[in-house]
Amino acid sequence: MTASYQLKRADFIFKNENDWEQVLQKSISRSPQDLINELISSELKGRGGAGFPTGLKWKLTAEVSDSVKYVICNADEGEPGTFKDREILSMVPYKVLTGMAVCAHVIGAKEGYIYLRGEYFFLLPELNKSIREFEYYCKEINLDFTIRIFMGSGAYICGEETALFESMEGKRGEPRNKPPYPSNYGYMGKPTVINNVETLAHTFTIFKYGAKRFYDLGVQYSRGSKLFSVSGDTPKPGIYELELGMSLADFVEEFGDGDTKAVQVGGASGFLVPRKRFNETAIGFQGKLVGISLPTGGSMMLFNSSRSMFNVLDNYLEFFREESCGQCTPCRVGCQQLLKGIKAVKRGEKNAKYLDKLLRLTETMKLTAKCGLGQSVANSFSSIVENFREEMIY
Amino acid sequence: MNPVSELIKNLADQHGRNRHNLLPILQGVVEQEKYLSEFSMVEIARELDLPASEVYGTATFYSFLEYKKMGKYIIRICKTITCSMKGKNQILLAIEDMLKIHVGETTPDGNFSLLQTNCLGFCHKAPAMLVNSEVYTDLTPEKVREVLSSYLKKQKEEKV
Repeated sequence: MTASYQLKRADFIFKNENDWEQVLQKSISRSPQDLINELISSELKGRGGAGFPTGLKWKLTAEVSDSVKYVICNADEGEPGTFKDREILSMVPYKVLTGMAVCAHVIGAKEGYIYLRGEYFFLLPELNKSIREFEYYCKEINLDFTIRIFMGSGAYICGEETALFESMEGKRGEPRNKPPYPSNYGYMGKPTVINNVETLAHTFTIFKYGAKRFYDLGVQYSRGSKLFSVSGDTPKPGIYELELGMSLADFVEEFGDGDTKAVQVGGASGFLVPRKRFNETAIGFQGKLVGISLPTGGSMMLFNSSRSMFNVLDNYLEFFREESCGQCTPCRVGCQQLLKGIKAVKRGEKNAKYLDKLLRLTETMKLTAKCGLGQSVANSFSSIVENFREEMIY
Repeated sequence: MNPVSELIKNLADQHGRNRHNLLPILQGVVEQEKYLSEFSMVEIARELDLPASEVYGTATFYSFLEYKKMGKYIIRICKTITCSMKGKNQILLAIEDMLKIHVGETTPDGNFSLLQTNCLGFCHKAPAMLVNSEVYTDLTPEKVREVLSSYLKKQKEEKV
């Protein structure tokens, strides 16, 4: 065990850097292969929650030959408890735009899009201003790259990359079957790199300071720092940049209110960790760190002992029932039945064993749902029901 | 020409008449009219040469594209977990009490509609709400009454 599992603060994302022009110019003078290698050696993984290696994503798309390719910044931040991407876009937009332009250079794209969730409509004027300024500079250095904003209209599922493409193509935001993956068949059927806002901002850090600076943060398999959106029962809600790999116990000591009963890691689609597991849980991507290691898009919601876990689960399930796109049966019907089921158990219309049936239903959803939404309902459902069974019944 | 038809034609001129231009056009109509009437959807379908059912299917998928008549100001209260824990219901009661409408209703003068919505991304400043595209956070019943009063006042001034 090299790095310790302590909570360590970092300050890269929001650090004001007024040299984005130089970083961009320096980066695009390098060869795509060189940039990809740099990114791969940094071990940056997608910061939206799924954690796909960013360098590999760029590499795969670069290798496909097509005259039209796209770079898309996924700013459809809809996971309950996440609010970091908005802050990045309003505080340091040029880092994201630079990341997009470098990506365009690497894969050979001329057009970029930012898919911004409808709830963030108020960001438009400032963001458009930054984009105009950025494009002006691109022209000055003869970089043929334009960025446009595409507004969402209030649909959580559109954060799923293929649903996002469908939405941009003027259709219902229903996820596609994978494969083909976006690197081959993305927006308008063209090879597309789609990255989370924060991921792109991290590429700026990597291209400016080099991969090593980033790689030195965090622990094995979970390199670098990450923004965490902290909310719920905490005296200091807000956005914090922390190194990956910290133990949840340390996190709770820093952000808890002294009475933390459980933490929801990764939003409604993530896992609920009860107090007895704080010590053995680390926040990172994969590999056994101190026991369980949880990936996260950065949503950390704390609950103290005054909260009813039944109400929490009820709230999540209602969220999923409404946001399920409805195209595949396991997710559409599954979410409805789970919600009905826990209410029936609570009212005493079904006995406690019915919860086990519902748990089996979530297993089925995990196996058969078409996209991450339906598959991940099992995460919060089973972690809440298994750890707080009595609260579901009485 | 009907003003809505003209609006739709202008939006199509501006964004283009391809399928992938549909969402910006729908959004443009909602921004102006606050909702998509059947008439608007049929007009958009005609303008883009699409089946009206496709336009309807797409429009009704998105929660911010209303297809029932809405008020001039649409109030959307976040009901997801953190806002819910931090007193969303008291805020809702304060609004219902002040405007004399329930969730899903519009005031008789057509000025305000009250809706609940999923996570707005302001969990650290809960509870939060949107009035059209304006965000209001850290709400208390007192604060929300102040906010609404300012809108009511604006309404009155516009009438005079």
